[in-house]
Amino acid sequence: MFYREAGDFKTSYREDNQTFPIRLDRAGYWIALIVAFLVIPFFVNDYWVNAVFAPFFIYAIAALGLNILTGYAGQVSLGTGGFMAVGAYSVYKLMVAFPDVSIVFHVLIAGGITAVVGVAFGLPSMRIKGFYLAVATLAAQFFLVWLFNKVAWFYNYSASGQINAPERTVLGVIVTGPNTEAWAKYLISLVFLVAAAWFARNLTRGMTGRKWMGIRDMDIAAEIIGVNPLMAKMSAFAVSSFLVGVSGALFFAVYLGAAEAGESFGITKSFLILFMVIIGGLGSIFGSFAGAAFMVLMPVLLKNVLVGVLGWPTALAAELEFIIVGALIVIFLILEPHGLAQLWRLTKEKLRLWPFPH
Amino acid sequence: MMDAMNMSTDTNPDSYVTDDGRTIGGVVMDLKNITLRFGGVVAIKDISFDIREGEIRAIIGPNGAGKSSMLNVISGFYKPQEGEVWFRGKKRPPMRPYQVAQQGLARTFQNIALFDGMSVLDNIMTGRLNYMKTNMLQQAIWWGKAEKEELENREKVEKVIDFLEIQHIRKTPVGRLPYGLKKRVELARALAAEPSLLLLDEPMAGMNVEEKEDMSRFILDVNDEFGTTIALIEHDMGVVMDLSDRVVVMDYGKKIGDGTPDEVRNNQDVIDAYLGVAHD
Ligand SMILES: Nc1ncnc2c1ncn2[C@@H]1O[C@H](COP(=O)(O)OP(=O)(O)OP(=O)(O)O)[C@@H](O)[C@H]1O
Ligand SMILES: [Mg+2]
Repeated sequence: MFYREAGDFKTSYREDNQTFPIRLDRAGYWIALIVAFLVIPFFVNDYWVNAVFAPFFIYAIAALGLNILTGYAGQVSLGTGGFMAVGAYSVYKLMVAFPDVSIVFHVLIAGGITAVVGVAFGLPSMRIKGFYLAVATLAAQFFLVWLFNKVAWFYNYSASGQINAPERTVLGVIVTGPNTEAWAKYLISLVFLVAAAWFARNLTRGMTGRKWMGIRDMDIAAEIIGVNPLMAKMSAFAVSSFLVGVSGALFFAVYLGAAEAGESFGITKSFLILFMVIIGGLGSIFGSFAGAAFMVLMPVLLKNVLVGVLGWPTALAAELEFIIVGALIVIFLILEPHGLAQLWRLTKEKLRLWPFPH
Repeated sequence: MMDAMNMSTDTNPDSYVTDDGRTIGGVVMDLKNITLRFGGVVAIKDISFDIREGEIRAIIGPNGAGKSSMLNVISGFYKPQEGEVWFRGKKRPPMRPYQVAQQGLARTFQNIALFDGMSVLDNIMTGRLNYMKTNMLQQAIWWGKAEKEELENREKVEKVIDFLEIQHIRKTPVGRLPYGLKKRVELARALAAEPSLLLLDEPMAGMNVEEKEDMSRFILDVNDEFGTTIALIEHDMGVVMDLSDRVVVMDYGKKIGDGTPDEVRNNQDVIDAYLGVAHD
């Protein structure tokens, strides 16, 4: 079976609109979902979940969020870490205040709170663009981290200044706190990621996404054909911040278990997510996944090779890791500035012609 | 009451039928004493003219005459310092361009203003945005309302695609298209909005003869088949004389002529402007 559309005729606009227009892609997508939900959970251990799956899934949600804002709507943000912190501290306060309410709602409400905060900090985007907007969001980053460190109410006056996730369950399974099993951590992150990707994909393929991209590509023309720029930008900030907030909530409650604003959600986090989006591909759902996978897997892989295979001291390997990952990012961006998603598209275009080029 | 009667276009006593059998109704857009300044530059000086239902109205004039500025006033992008814009018998309050679009105005631009990062299809679909009413939650879920609405509007867009004969480039990213096709896609996006008043800023600029003929045919067909009122700016006098019912001539921000193509052609001021007689 060759990889192409030929013989796979679209007989309706509905079929023409599919996310995966090629049959083999569609099959691959379903297989990936089945494996992710029904196979991997039986085999994962703590190492795989903590080193690979949980961070990959949770970062991918944040990358989806930032990609909506920056890749689709064209609004730069360096405040992702700060908005993740809003999600984390919101979910913490909610978990403590309402222990009987399901953690799933807490995470969603935390996303909602982050959306409101995101819109508030997004208001300057009505006036300023590009570099200046980036600086404004950077201010949000520093302000939010400062706020969560300064106001003891946010961490319930704990002596360490940290927040700790209490134990909570979903359908009787522990999903937060130190007693969480690997597969539970894995599954709850995966469920949120799949839902986030589904929403992001639908919003970006419909009129909302077109409004965002219109503002990104040419805001004046967009306004003249009927896009309300305020609504388009604010909805991008809201949806983006919602996803980033959900990611931050999960990052704290499910992945870390304990957090401190500056350490867990500092400016480096903002840059990390931005790298994911740029490396994966701006304006691409697939790119958000690819970028998150790259940034999570690369260091793990390097560490295993340097320490495990080459036998270098761990400390040295850790230092080198930074340099190598950094260099890889630069090289990669020079070779393929449109990210992994574009690389993937090009490969598929070649495959579609194979084995008969031209 | 009497006033209202006069305003309504159907019963307008001055509606008439053209030689080629199209009905031209009453005034839809009435520009009264418009003056527009950019700092010291006066782009439009006290200009009044009207556009009538169903007609093709041309705006001509030498470079820098203020034609594009005039379209920008009509589409709400420039706010004139003086004067009034009357639309369908009502004085238009200050409005943002997107609100003007919601009233049924659509336009193309002198320098193509497409969304380069999107496919031809998506570009044209943006023209439907005033018809798509599902909220963001419904769109996020997609199944049901949002998908249904998307498909219904896709059908309308496909009609426009067929009409303008651009089926073969549906899925092409707009950035990759040659100039002539971009102009056509831009027209498609405007038509997808099913506007009652369509503004075209130099739709044929930079086209070869064949492309110009195609474009002229499309403009005539839009006007004829859908009854769309069209205001267009064009430099090619041959095209203007063939297409338009009435012509406004501008020069240095002033109106120097207004009438049928024949009247305008024989107007001494217009002849002088085009022959470059020195201004004082
Ligand atoms: N945004 C603006 N800011 C300052 N001056 C402007 C602006 N837009 C137009 N102008 C000036 O207004 C005058 C009329 O410009 P306009 O673009 O309306 O002319 P035009 O008739 O469309 O010319 P062309 O045939 O070259 O397109 C020019 O002197 C131009 O420099
Ligand atoms: Mg012009």
